[in-house]
Amino acid sequence: MLEIKNLHVKLEEEEKQILKGVDLTVEAGKVHAIMGPNGSGKSTLSYVLSGRDGYEVTEGSATLEGADLLEMEPEERAAAGIFLAFQYPVEIPGVGNMTFLRTAVNAQRKARGEEELSAADFLKEVRAKAKSLKIDADMLKRPVNVGFSGGEKKRNEILQMAMLEPKMCILDETDSGLDVDAMKLVAEGVNALRDEGRGFLVITHYQRLLDHIKPDVVHIMADGRIVKTGGPELALEVENNGYADILAEVN
Amino acid sequence: MAALDQTQVKEGVDQETVDAVREVSTYKYGWDTDIEMEYAPKGVNPDIVRLISDKNEEPEWMTEWRLAAFERWTKMDEPNWAMVHYPKIDFQDQYYYARPKSMEEKPKSLDEVDPKLLATYEKLGIPLKEQMILAGVEGAEDMPAEGRKVAVDAVFDSVSVGTTFQDELAKHGVIFCSISEAIREHPELVKKYLGTVVPVSDNFYATLNSAVFSDGSFVYIPPGVRCPMELSTYFRINAENTGQFERTLIIADKGSYVSYLEGCTAPQRDTAQLHAAVVEIIIEEDAEVKYSTVQNWFPGDENGKGGIYNFVTKRADCRGDRSKVMWTQVETGSAVTWKYPSCILRGDESQGEFYSIAITNNMQQADTGTKMVHLGKNTKSRIVSKGISAGKAQNTYRGLVSMHPKAKDSRNYTQCDSLLIGDKCGAHTVPYIEVRNNSSRVEHEATTSKVDDDQLFYCRQRGMDEEEAVALVVNGFCKDVLQALPMEFAMEAQQLVAISLEGSVG
Repeated sequence: MLEIKNLHVKLEEEEKQILKGVDLTVEAGKVHAIMGPNGSGKSTLSYVLSGRDGYEVTEGSATLEGADLLEMEPEERAAAGIFLAFQYPVEIPGVGNMTFLRTAVNAQRKARGEEELSAADFLKEVRAKAKSLKIDADMLKRPVNVGFSGGEKKRNEILQMAMLEPKMCILDETDSGLDVDAMKLVAEGVNALRDEGRGFLVITHYQRLLDHIKPDVVHIMADGRIVKTGGPELALEVENNGYADILAEVN
Repeated sequence: MAALDQTQVKEGVDQETVDAVREVSTYKYGWDTDIEMEYAPKGVNPDIVRLISDKNEEPEWMTEWRLAAFERWTKMDEPNWAMVHYPKIDFQDQYYYARPKSMEEKPKSLDEVDPKLLATYEKLGIPLKEQMILAGVEGAEDMPAEGRKVAVDAVFDSVSVGTTFQDELAKHGVIFCSISEAIREHPELVKKYLGTVVPVSDNFYATLNSAVFSDGSFVYIPPGVRCPMELSTYFRINAENTGQFERTLIIADKGSYVSYLEGCTAPQRDTAQLHAAVVEIIIEEDAEVKYSTVQNWFPGDENGKGGIYNFVTKRADCRGDRSKVMWTQVETGSAVTWKYPSCILRGDESQGEFYSIAITNNMQQADTGTKMVHLGKNTKSRIVSKGISAGKAQNTYRGLVSMHPKAKDSRNYTQCDSLLIGDKCGAHTVPYIEVRNNSSRVEHEATTSKVDDDQLFYCRQRGMDEEEAVALVVNGFCKDVLQALPMEFAMEAQQLVAISLEGSVG
């Protein structure tokens, strides 16, 4: 599904190279986790895949079902099926959460040449999906992420994911700032979306999220490269021994 | 896209392509109506003033009133304190009166109006039929029909073409007609109120308007009457090199209520055109008036060529105790806007509110705001202004809050927010505050922000294109003001916000 080959990325404004040759393939139906110390390039990878400004790809490729992601605008990538759950969801004052969701859903449908969802169908769907994430009616009416708690923001990201039904979900440090209960709720939301047609890339610093979202493959990223790949046991190794041992072993 | 409407489409070019090209033009009302017009000779002088008065079949006192205004105007200087710059206007190089030939004989009913004029309003989305709902409004069909009628007075260049629902309104004692008709039919009311809120001597443009105003709307709501439908006037400038000088007079007698809407558009032309209107509102004891404007005059092209110069004086006089006025304006058009809808809070416990969205893109300039003059005790005012600048545009909020010595225990709250899109535009806030008693309170808050790249990326990651994302963020920014608009206008205004900002990013 998602195929990244020899991806080299630097900051547009500076010479600093952040990704130094990332190779990664996420198959449909699989959950891949990327772990790694701060500054290893995990978040950069998520931004480059989703098309944020400020990065320059100097080498390599990234494709989704064979389509060249790097040639596309962010909204085209979204319509093609890339979804990024933000580490820091952005506040949009004055724009109701529901309005935002509906605009997004219909924008993607339009881009794919599908009919817009009717108001009634949209409402029915959003209510059902919100309920399972314990998002109440009030939260749907409030402006996007404004005054939301950390947990509410992350649940809201998952609600957007559920509504947009992407092919490839990238979760950037979704566990940051969450207590155990909030994390469980978010993980349940993600697990409900696991499907054989959908791939997941879960970026996390800690292993604890992976107790709830069981990965099929775990990658360790360090200094702009994936340095080790293994099964779920790799996450446990990190949890017990930290990154130092793995990094030492690689070097 | 006037050219496309008139030019024969070349063979082999399919309609779809033509439509697509037409859609690209961001100003949707830029076409013109090909209609035979009669003009007064160019320029302004006492003869022209007499001619306009004569065309309107006015009584002598009105002609004298105009001539006195003209005399005064010749001794006045154009104001230059606003933060707007434009080439000097040659007041003798324009037409002051233009009317469709077909309007020479005043049509007795809408059925007699030239079909070309009716078609013009139809195309603008303002069909001059006595129908229940405004056509083309999303969701309107789901609403109960009762209370959703909108009466329209349609002004085309210098004349009113027709007014709908007059008979039904008359049953309630409401007078809604063109000002020229009011001068002829209701001289006692016009004499009593005209020029009492905006005096003839008020300012350069108001004085000019007093001399040469050709038409506009007149509203009288009798005591205790809640106007059974929204009233609206739609101003259309069509003729070239012609100024539009309309005059609106609204009187809400004791304990009455009316909501009034105003819309305006003009064709896309290379030369700038002048629009200098005066609106006077008188609000008696316990009465309330809501006045909403969606101003969408042609803004000029992206290089600043053409467009309307909009110099408007609007003022409401809350004469009676506990009277209320609310101005809501969405200003998206015009090359230059100079406009300060104001409230004189004369009655005790009277209230004035001003909600404004001013959007400037490309080379547009807007200097707009309000004056809240507190004269009575316990008076309250609230100002919410949202200025949005994109391209190379300049946007200024200029507002006066004045608490007079007798305005004890009065309050004002002012909130001015500016939003910048791009780095070549400007936003300015110029508040004047005078408090001349020690029991009143004035609060002023101002913010300036930029459309945040993170917000745009967030929206785009969810699938919206850049323009959709900007429109969404800006609509959010304007929400407090959009909410103050009547439902029909709120929808239109939201779309207008998006259209006005097309091409402002990327």
